[in-house]
Amino acid sequence: MRVMAQMAMVMNLDKCIGCHTCSVTCKQAWTNRSGVEYVWFNNVETRPGLGYPRTYEDQERWRGGWTVNRRGRLKLKGGGRLRKLLTIFSNPKLPSIDDYYEPWTYDYDTLTSAPLQEHTPVARPRSLISGEPTKITWSANWDDNLGGAPDHGHRDPMLKGIEDKVRFEFEQTFMFYLPRICEHCLNPSCAASCPSGAIYKRSEDGIVLVDQDRCRGWRMCVSGCPYKKVYFNHRTGKAEKCTFCFPRVEVGLPTVCAETCVGRLRYIGLVLYDADRVLEAASTPDDTDLYEAQRRVFLDPNDPEVVRAAERAGIPRDWIEAAQRSPVHALITTFKVALPLHPEYRTMPMVWYIPPLSPVVDVVRDTGHDAEDHGNLFAAIEALRIPVEYLARLFTAGDVEPVNAVLRRLAAMRAYMRDINLGREPREEVAMRVGMTGEQVYDMYRLLALAKYDERYVIPPAHAEQAHGLEELATECSLDYEGGPGMGGSGPFGENSGGASPIAVENFRMLRDRQTTDTIAAPLDKDNRVNLLNWDGKGRPDGLFPPREHPGGGDPAGEVEPKP
Amino acid sequence: MSALDILLWVAVPYISLAVFVVGHIWRYRYDKFGWTTRSSQLYENRLLRLGSPLFHFGILLVAIGHIGGLLVPKSWTEAVGISDTAYHVVAVVLGVLAGACTLFGAAILVYRRRTVGPVFSATTRNDKLMYVLLVGAIVLGLGTTVLGNLTADPHDYRETVSPWFRSILILRPEPALMAAAPLGFQLHVLVAFALFAFWPFSRLVHVFSMPLGYLTRPYVVYRSRDEQLGSRPTRRGWERVP
Ligand code: SF4
Ligand code: SF4
Ligand code: SF4
Repeated sequence: MRVMAQMAMVMNLDKCIGCHTCSVTCKQAWTNRSGVEYVWFNNVETRPGLGYPRTYEDQERWRGGWTVNRRGRLKLKGGGRLRKLLTIFSNPKLPSIDDYYEPWTYDYDTLTSAPLQEHTPVARPRSLISGEPTKITWSANWDDNLGGAPDHGHRDPMLKGIEDKVRFEFEQTFMFYLPRICEHCLNPSCAASCPSGAIYKRSEDGIVLVDQDRCRGWRMCVSGCPYKKVYFNHRTGKAEKCTFCFPRVEVGLPTVCAETCVGRLRYIGLVLYDADRVLEAASTPDDTDLYEAQRRVFLDPNDPEVVRAAERAGIPRDWIEAAQRSPVHALITTFKVALPLHPEYRTMPMVWYIPPLSPVVDVVRDTGHDAEDHGNLFAAIEALRIPVEYLARLFTAGDVEPVNAVLRRLAAMRAYMRDINLGREPREEVAMRVGMTGEQVYDMYRLLALAKYDERYVIPPAHAEQAHGLEELATECSLDYEGGPGMGGSGPFGENSGGASPIAVENFRMLRDRQTTDTIAAPLDKDNRVNLLNWDGKGRPDGLFPPREHPGGGDPAGEVEPKP
Repeated sequence: MSALDILLWVAVPYISLAVFVVGHIWRYRYDKFGWTTRSSQLYENRLLRLGSPLFHFGILLVAIGHIGGLLVPKSWTEAVGISDTAYHVVAVVLGVLAGACTLFGAAILVYRRRTVGPVFSATTRNDKLMYVLLVGAIVLGLGTTVLGNLTADPHDYRETVSPWFRSILILRPEPALMAAAPLGFQLHVLVAFALFAFWPFSRLVHVFSMPLGYLTRPYVVYRSRDEQLGSRPTRRGWERVP
């Protein structure tokens, strides 16, 4: 037994309102730079839907993740090492920018500088890739809320074979939101596909990162990741991916996407697992057994033997305690309501999901039945084959049994808690119907509905004794490091050469650079164009306002000239 | 031997090679972040899919051919019984084939750079200079080989260029050998040395990242967290306690 700790997340899909706050805050924090305009470390997709990038789940096309070969050995679906090297000059399975979307900005400048004319001037979209005027035809969540679903909803790879049974008419369809971040897999195929060995899994907390100094831009990781959560920065020529906000997690703060989640549906905690059994579990012959196989890799942090082995493996005491209190462990193993996303990719993903009961509840309520009654809900779960089958394709490689079991537990919780809320005697038999005790159901309810910040996020800081010097604590200026903030500018080989700068500072600098120069979108008249998206409201970026007529004084009232 | 000969066939090569070596060391230490292929496949794939493998496999063959032709003395191949004509025929046929692939691939790539909007706007001045030198060296090399072999008595570079190049490497330069070579070879060599001197400062550095280690390393790389937590250096007195 080789015990390792993994930082993991669980999302409760019933509570996601599809507000995209998580995506936007993550973008503001980490990918608000040129070259990564199209990059969404966190994206929220409406399901059924195409996802981002479009149809990324169709592994027959993209060939991401792992597969078992005829001899039962695990191998990369995109081909082995030699094949990777032979196709290195032109990656055959790389999504093009059209499979994502062409990022754009608007030439806001025309709003202020257009000459007097009959019609109101408009800001037209301009591609951030070529700088040319463009037509917006797709974006990261173009099919949000089933937008356009009657036209392309059937192209959702997970609907294969049941396309004609899913109704996309507004009243008849079911839908839910699926927020996605990198899975920080136990068996990451992105790392396995990287020829340079630049992608690594941190041995302390399992976070998967790209070493920006070792990445050489071979792009194999983009193809290798079945979730398409590695992106290629087209300006720096390096791969970038969700970092699980490691600078925050290291000091015990939740990730940006979790912290800002409006639905408070994200749980972060540690999971202990046996690293020696990962390969074996990932090689499980039958796709539908992978969910169970992965769960068996996890270790019980309350088992004294596991604790001893963890201590021997050098896992600090407070981390073991955090693993014991971990909400993620509770949801996955104790309550068994969380399921992995696409276990059939065999990467052993570590962001798990509580499937939504709401499609079922909605149908029961719409038919005029009591949607809080466990009997009605149980019957509906059995009867509503399509939503359940669809969920099973996402979370259990198509096996409806585990999904049914989870939904029944959620339904039982609903019914059990209603009695309590109405001041009635709770019925133990409701809990027993799903193999739980009333107390367990109540605990689960507490965790899902009431849990406070420190119960939802149990993150042991990497080293508390260091906390004072760490970036995210505001006791010192975080830009106060050797070399100064944003002083460096760019190296001699373009804007993205030179030494690596701290992430926060890099973002700061990029933001400033983009406020003042935006060469890709505004090649000629860059001085009088400004990207409003990145303007934080401070200062006066050149070109945002008309030039002051009388710089350096004079009667301010005199500047307000009547405009024609 | 004129001063010009010394300059061109002794000074220039040594300066160029020195810049090449020191430049790479410096760049690697200073600019690991900028050390990348800077692929533009995300923008355009149809032309790249054809041009890039043609060019890259071609130039790998060309490189192997050059290493063989320049470093293996004529006496060695003769000693193992390869006749001069046989060597020449094989070298010319393979060389022209590989060179043509390379040039054709490069032509596609340059055409793509010029005509595909996003690729063009991602092209820096540095890239343009690199393209001029690289394509120049390829054209001169291929042209010299083809034209030379159209004449009745092709020049045997293994009598002049090769021994001169080896004399440079063993630090006993013999410029006279090179001065005697035809103009085509001389120009090819000069452009090549200009390219070498420019190499460490261009995107060509990615050649030295050929990821052969991938064939042997374990699939999943584990690494310990950096000494430094968060995003700035640990201050003295606050180091991690083991
Ligand atoms: S989900 Fe994340 S860790 Fe897993 S293969 Fe993709 S990029 Fe790698
Ligand atoms: S963990 Fe951090 S980097 Fe990853 S998606 Fe969430 S906010 Fe973005
Ligand atoms: S912020 Fe929370 S509720 Fe809003 S879309 Fe993201 S995950 Fe869903």
